[in-house]
Parts: sequence; C-alpha cells; structure tokens
Amino acid sequence: MRRSLVILSILGAVLASCGDTADSGTTTSTSGSTSSSAAGESITTGAPTQDLIVYSGRNENFVTPVIEAFTGATGIEVSVRYGDGTSDLAATLLNEGETTDADVFWAQDPAWIGAIGDQGLLTDLPADILDLVPEPYQDADGRWVGVTARSRVLVYNSDLVTEDELPQSVSELVDPVWSGRLGIAPGNASFIAFVSAMELVDGPEATLEWLEGIASNDVQTYDGNGAIVDAVIAGDLDAGLVNHYYLLQRIADQGEVSALNHFFAPGDTGALVMATGVGVLAPSDNQEAANEFIRHLLSPQSQEHFAVNLFEYGLIEGAPTPEGQVALAGLAGPDINLSDLADHLDTSVELIAQAGLS
Amino acid sequence: MIAPTGVFPPKETPREGRRAASPLLWALGLAAVVPAAIPIGYLVWTVVRPGGFDAGGFSAERLLDLLAATALLAVTVTIATAVLGLATAWITTRTDLPGARIWSTLVTLPLVIPSYVGAMTMLAASGNNGMLSQLLGELGLPPLPVFQGFWAVWVALSLWNFSFVHLLIVPVLRRLDPALEEASRGLGASRWRTIRTIVIPQLRPALASSSLLVALYVISEFGAVSMLRYETFTRAIYTQFGGRLDPTPALFLAGLLVIGALVVVLIQQWARGKAALYSSRPARPVATVRLGRWGKLGAWGFLGALVTLALILPMATLMWWAVRGLMLGNSPLPVLSHAARSLSVSAVAAAVIVVAAIPVSILAVRFPGKRSRALESTAWLTYSLPHLAIGLGFLVLAVRIARPIYQTLLLLVIAYLAMFLPQAMASLESGLRRIGPHLEEVSRSLGVGGWTTLRRVTIPLIRRSALAGAALVFLSVMKELPATLLLRPTEFDTLAVRIWSATSELFYTQASFASLTLVAVSFLPLYLFVARDLHR
Repeated sequence: MRRSLVILSILGAVLASCGDTADSGTTTSTSGSTSSSAAGESITTGAPTQDLIVYSGRNENFVTPVIEAFTGATGIEVSVRYGDGTSDLAATLLNEGETTDADVFWAQDPAWIGAIGDQGLLTDLPADILDLVPEPYQDADGRWVGVTARSRVLVYNSDLVTEDELPQSVSELVDPVWSGRLGIAPGNASFIAFVSAMELVDGPEATLEWLEGIASNDVQTYDGNGAIVDAVIAGDLDAGLVNHYYLLQRIADQGEVSALNHFFAPGDTGALVMATGVGVLAPSDNQEAANEFIRHLLSPQSQEHFAVNLFEYGLIEGAPTPEGQVALAGLAGPDINLSDLADHLDTSVELIAQAGLS
Repeated sequence: MIAPTGVFPPKETPREGRRAASPLLWALGLAAVVPAAIPIGYLVWTVVRPGGFDAGGFSAERLLDLLAATALLAVTVTIATAVLGLATAWITTRTDLPGARIWSTLVTLPLVIPSYVGAMTMLAASGNNGMLSQLLGELGLPPLPVFQGFWAVWVALSLWNFSFVHLLIVPVLRRLDPALEEASRGLGASRWRTIRTIVIPQLRPALASSSLLVALYVISEFGAVSMLRYETFTRAIYTQFGGRLDPTPALFLAGLLVIGALVVVLIQQWARGKAALYSSRPARPVATVRLGRWGKLGAWGFLGALVTLALILPMATLMWWAVRGLMLGNSPLPVLSHAARSLSVSAVAAAVIVVAAIPVSILAVRFPGKRSRALESTAWLTYSLPHLAIGLGFLVLAVRIARPIYQTLLLLVIAYLAMFLPQAMASLESGLRRIGPHLEEVSRSLGVGGWTTLRRVTIPLIRRSALAGAALVFLSVMKELPATLLLRPTEFDTLAVRIWSATSELFYTQASFASLTLVAVSFLPLYLFVARDLHR
C-alpha cells in the first residue's frame, strides 16, 4: 500500500513537471528561441505578462508561423486552443459565455463565428480593422472580419470526367450522368455552409429536393474534403464538392496530378465564396492585444503567407492571388450576405439528415 | 495446501445476505461511479425537458437502418475478436511455443494504434494510388479496390480490438487448475471435449466481460468508421454535434444509443452466467500442450499473420511516411513534449481508475444484488456513449458548477474515469470471480478486519488482473481524442491531439512521427506489465 502511494506521488510529480515543460515547450514553439528565456523569467519573477488566449478552429500547421511572427513582433505571448474544426470550439464558447477566458475566436467559416456574434459574445471591432477588408467578407454589424476567402469548387479527375460534362450549376449534379460519381462531405462545415447558402437563395423545399436528388443519384459520402480530393486524385472517385485549396496543397506536395478544380458559373450557389473569420470576445479584458492580433492577421506578411502556403485568397488590398488562380474579384458566388448563414446552420443540418445523407 | 476449486452452484456462493458490505465500501463504490453517471444524467435531463424530444430530421426508417448497421458491426466484430483473442491467449499461455511472452506482448500492441490512424494506413495502402496497389502493379497485377465500407471496418475494428480479449483471457488461463482438465481427460474425454466442457465454461465470465468491452466500444466508435465510410448511429450523432448550434438532437440520438447499449449490457449479464467459478492458485503449473513441428509452424504462421496485419503493416506505412518526412527535413522533436504529456496523464489516469474500480468490482462480485448491478451498469452504459457526448456533458457541468476545475487536468482525469472505468472493472471482476471468497472468509474468521483482509488477501490475489486493467486504461487514455480536445487545459496537446490535427488535414509526416511515438511510448509499460508479469 505504501509503495503504491509512493508510486502515485511520483506520478503526480511527473505530471506536475510535465505541465511545466508543456508550458515552456509551447512557449518556445510559438515564440521562437528568444522568448523561452522570457517565459522562464516570468515564472520566477511572476511578472504580470498576460498571454493572449486564442481559440483557433484553424489547423495548428496553418496558424503556428503566423503566431510566431506576432509574438516576435509584439512580445505578446499567445496561448492557442485548437479544436476539432470550428464547431466544437464554438460549442465551448457558447457554454462558457460570459465566463470565457478566450480573447480571440478565429473560425474556419463565417457561419459559426456569426453564431457566436449573434449570441452577443463578440465585441465591435475598431473601424481601422474593418476598413482593411472588403464589405462582403465581414460581418454586417462589424463584429468579425474575414481573414482569408475560399471558394467552393468541383474537383474532378481529368481522366474520368470530360470537359463538356462539367456542370455550370450544382443543380445539374442530380442528372443521372453523375450517378455514383460525385463525392460530398455532409458533416463538413463548409458543405453545411454551402447548403445554408442554397437555403437562402432557393428556400428549404428546393434545397431538400436537391439533397434528395443527389442522394438518389448514389452520391458518395466522405468524412472530409481532404479524403474526397485524395480519392479524386487517385481516380477512385470521379468528382467532388470541396473548397478550392485542398487540390492546390496536394499539387504543391505531390507535383502535377490528374485532377483539376472546376469553378461553377458566376452567381451559382456552387460558386459560394466564404470568409474565414476572426473576432474579439466581449468578456475579454485583453482587447487591445486582441485587436493587435487581428491587425497582424491582416498584415501584408500574414496575408501573403495564407496565399502562398495555404492557397487561400488574402482579403486586404493588394493581397496576392494564389498562384495560377483567378483573382478574387473574378469570383462571384450567390448574392447572399455571409452574416445570414448562421441562422441556417441548424436547418441545413436537419435537411441533410432528412435527405438521408448523415 | 490444495485449495477448493471448481464450479459451485449459484445458491451456495456467494451466500447473499450473509454479510453486508460496509457503508464505506458502498461510499467508495458510489464515488467511483458518480463521474460515469454525470453524462447519463445530462442526457436524460436534456431529453426530458421541453423540446428535448428532437430527432434532428432523421426519419424513423433511417434511424432503424443506422441502428441495424451498428448492431451488425458490433456483433460481427465481437465474434471475430473473441475467436482471435481466445486463440492468441491459448497459444501464448498453454503451449510450449518458443517466445510465447514476446508474442503475447506483440498481440497486445495493436491496442496502441488509434483506430483513425489504422484506418488512415488502410486507405493509404489501397485504391488506385495505394502503396500495396503500387507493389502489385510492379508485379503486373491490378490495383486493390479501396478498403472501405462494412468489410473494411469489420477487419479494422477486429484487428485493433481483439487484444482486449487476449488481455483478459490470459490471466484466467494461467490460473486454471490442471486437476479438472486431467480428470476430464482421465475419464476418457477427448481434448476438444475437455476444452468445450471444462475450459470454456471457466473462461465464460472473462469472455463475457471482454466481449462487452468490444461491443460497446464498436458502438461508440467514430474515427475509423467515418474514415472507412461506414454509416453508423454514432457517426450520425457526430454529424449532428458538429453541424448545429443546438446540441439537443445529438443528445436525443445519444439517448437512443444508451437504450441500445442497455440491451447489450443485459445480454452480457445473462451470458456471463450465474455460476461462480473459483479456482485458487493452482498447486502446480498448468501443463503445457506440446506443439509438434507443424503445430509450431502453424502457431507462428497464425500469430505472425495477425501481428503483420494489425501491427507491422500500419507501422511500416507510418515509418515510410516518417522516413520521407525526415529526408524532406522535418524534425520529429516537437513531438517529445506531446509524448511527455500523454505519458503522464495516461499513467495517472490508469492508476486512479484501477484504484477506483476496486470497490465497485468487489461490490459487483462479492455482493451481487440490484444495487450493485445498478452501479455496475451505470459505468457500462457510459462506456457505450460517444466520447464527444461525454466530453460535452462534463464541459457543460464544469462551466456552470465547477469553474475552478474547468480546463484542468483534474477534470480531464475525472472524465477519463467516467469513460474507462469499465475497462478496469472488467479485468478486476474476472480476477475476483476466479479467486472466490473462501480465502477472504478464512482471513476474516481468523479475526482479521475487513480492510486488512482487502489489503493483505484480496488485492495481492488480483494484482495481475489489476495490472492488465491498468494497461487497458493506459492505452485507451493515450488514444482518447474527442473528450480530450474539449476538456484539456489550453495548450495541453497530447499525442492523440497531435495525430488528429495532422490526420485531419492529411499531413502524413507529422501524423507518422506522433503515431510512432505513441507506439514506442506505450511499448515499455505494456512489456513490463504484460509480458513480464502477466505470464509469470
């Protein structure tokens, strides 16, 4: 019994020390070599430096370089909480409400951050930040701004789909010619946002009809965009509805592949262009640093990083277009307000379930 | 000393009502199960309040389809794991196969591989561009079809779960009294008849427990099922959770799932039988079956094939990615801090959970009755829940009434206790059922108090079972993802979190570094507990 107590206390000590190494480890990884000593000092001297807490629905690999640069430039340490996509962090924020420790919410899509804003959890952003981003890519009430934009596309295998088969509109995908050839990710936030956009444009009945149409057309369901793009590249699947940048990332990694992105006709729901949004939590007592963080995301360097490494569209004036892509101004999604998507998340998920796709 | 051994009719033992459990034991048992009751309570509360009755747009027909698909998978995987696990346990404990201990560790290691990593390697191996397809292409053969759908999921979940059965059966097989089997053989029964009528009935409680672990795990499984594109009930629940603001439909569906799980738990309580099967430490080692040359070759072939499919192929795939990543200049070092976190939190959780499971298991085995069965079943029901639902239940509760422990390791360990208590219980209970109460009764009749008896008689006798249970819990915590993501302290990213964030964007190199580290870090405790101790 005594021995097991000793073992338990040793484990406890190990755990405690790991907590410490975890902290310093992540500090090092997010802030580079110079600040790891600063973190050491702050532990010993108890200096009142307040970390910025960011809830990030964006993947760690996309975010880390930008955060390192921010800490390097400002000296503000950043603690990042990553979620499994955006929705579980949004659920966390909705539950934490006024008691949240988070300062910044950086979401992967406009619907979820809109929902957080609608709950009154986001504070109004200063005008200088809102001025950096074109109006279609920010909240109508100024509570969040877009950081980057991505377009919905049809990714297709050029050996399996001929050019004259390519549809001008997503509505053509219920045609029997696409039977068993199309992939979707029904649980993916971007797909759900696209369905919400269809609801806004065509109404719920027509949206359900379209979903049932592709369902009876033997649509193939996948758990994510990446899986669809890989299946299309391998020729295991003919085509799929995804965001534009997955294929570009694969090409950067693997070289030329026999898959291409097809953009739907301007104005079609399938050509929806969505912002990844960021906002400041209203309960945060670190709002100046939070605003500074957003300015950093909208700086020319960060915007270039997103375009060059992630192949997403930067949103500030003069942001580079991802290599080989149509410029952002040349893309035209359906005529909707991205702020309105949040109201349709739940009904969209319900329609997807009704159609038997989830 | 030759201790009494054998199959006792249910009426004689464990003499219900003769001695009541002490209130302290009940208090400890209740305390251990409270965390498991929290998610169930949250579910019930959500569903019974106004507006809670909301299936989220699913038609009844669709729900039945999903339930049937889930049941089919649970039944077929349970059967496959029972067959595989019995075979590996028997070969590694009851034969003279050289290297039995090493094999025993090797067949336990597939538990280290998170199902979503296994699924990822299966996808990478198959299809037009798959690695195995490319190898076949070199030989002029056509590519493999994509591993997806029912068969792929069945194979994946069977390969990565049969070790549950192995781990729980091995201690039982080690302790079987050879006298019974010799008597059977001496009376002219064939070897098969002896196995059927003497060995299998003694294994029944452990087999029932491990099958329950597997069946309920399959019900709650999400990662492999969704990556390999098989539509189950839990996958539908995740889609609801991930897609909408209002968690009610997801929780309602989870409530339906709990009802399904209750059926499974009741089946198990029936299947493990009422007979109490006790055997003390055998007076001499169990006789081993001598394998001939062909027998050894066959056993090696079987174990080798199993280890190849469940361990070597996925590991080789991961290593290939890792080597490619290293040559491209990626550093695996950042993974070390993730490993330290995973290792420490898993070790603490395993210790806490096994200790917490002791009173529950003693109540369930030594004091059977409605109350102890309710205690046991609560823990089991939570085990069948999707981890996301469990995590959300704790999140909601902690934010509202326990803010100081919100996003701390304490809350995380409590959540692990709710999720994995049955793994320790399954192991401890099969241990307790084997040793029988007579030794404890002797101790008490000699005037030794209840707690001293527990400490000096019971716990030493179930030490091996406790270690096996700790190993199971340790491995499960190492792999746990959805609840860890929701409840962990900010920046406390574990290996599983790292693997997931890499796999979700298909960064194979990073996923491979973290996965290989996960396997390496898990190997040492497994070897120490399983190979060295389980077989001693």
